[in-house]
Amino acid sequence: MDIVKIIAVIVSGFIFFTVIELIRRDHLKERYSLIWLAASIVLIVFSSWRGLLHFIALKLGIYYPPSFLFLLAIGFLVVLLLHFSTVISSQSDQNKRLAQEIGILRSRLDLLEKSNDSQDSEPSKG
Amino acid sequence: MKILVIVPAYNEECCVEGVIEDISRYFPSGDILVVNDGSGDMTSDIARNLGAKVIDLPYNLGIGGAMQTGFLYALNEGYVGALQFDADGQHHADQIEKILKPFLSGSADMVVGSRFLSDGGFTSSVQRRIGSKILSFVVSSIIRQKITDTTSGFRVYGRKTLEFFSSVYPEDYPEVEAFILAHKKGLRIVEVPSEIGPRTGGKSSITFSEAFYYMVKVMLAISVDLMKRIDRT
Repeated sequence: MDIVKIIAVIVSGFIFFTVIELIRRDHLKERYSLIWLAASIVLIVFSSWRGLLHFIALKLGIYYPPSFLFLLAIGFLVVLLLHFSTVISSQSDQNKRLAQEIGILRSRLDLLEKSNDSQDSEPSKG
Repeated sequence: MKILVIVPAYNEECCVEGVIEDISRYFPSGDILVVNDGSGDMTSDIARNLGAKVIDLPYNLGIGGAMQTGFLYALNEGYVGALQFDADGQHHADQIEKILKPFLSGSADMVVGSRFLSDGGFTSSVQRRIGSKILSFVVSSIIRQKITDTTSGFRVYGRKTLEFFSSVYPEDYPEVEAFILAHKKGLRIVEVPSEIGPRTGGKSSITFSEAFYYMVKVMLAISVDLMKRIDRT
């Protein structure tokens, strides 16, 4: 077992357990955790079983197997960023709607308080 | 049969008083709603003291988000229609009756007052005139209907339009984009002449490169709107 392989396995294992721990402590929503879990599992598989990496890379016509790993990493990042963009979009929509509803509610509350005040100040029951 | 006059205002303490007085003089039957888009000045207090309804947004949403707040309010309170009247003092309330006509006769879901259809004293820079011509050409070609003033902030929205725009209303260039979206939705748009005065408030002068950049961004926004999936009514 060469040193590079040991380091690769340790690093990917560390990423995997960090993700698990973040989920356990509720720092990461399940929705986002799936993609990270999947990525770290793929990393562990490829770093511990380099024959598979070589096999797939050569089958795809990639002559330098580690660049297949880069390809995977870039693909993963693109998917993740796209996902984040959709999350940001929907959150900014929700954010806008909240601000609008707050504005409307506050104006209705002002109106309600004003009409309450004027009722209170009327002489009651003579 | 009440109509809500929506006045979107962002730091318009200079003009909001004149605008509200103008509207209540020429259109006393309408309710005035000032949507204060997170202004840091006295806009909201001035409007409230003049007896207008005021919605204070917690932070600046931009003209699109502010108008949409007005649309939501109009729907909630059961108004039959809403009128947009920008707070910069460009519009004259004596034009309201004219712009309401196509809506009240039931022949339009959205009426837009166009400064270019009337010959009343309107001057502007070369950049603006060229930009307006290009935008008007693009929008007219897309919706296959002659539109002369794509950026007009003097509009009437019927109930159907309010329902649509309360859920989908563009944020970036709402005036221009609204034509595209309303057309895709199958709403009837009518443009009527409307006289306009010079801005009483802040000066809006732009350089040529700013104008060019603006055009590019508007075109991009329009392209995105064209791609959007909208179910026709």
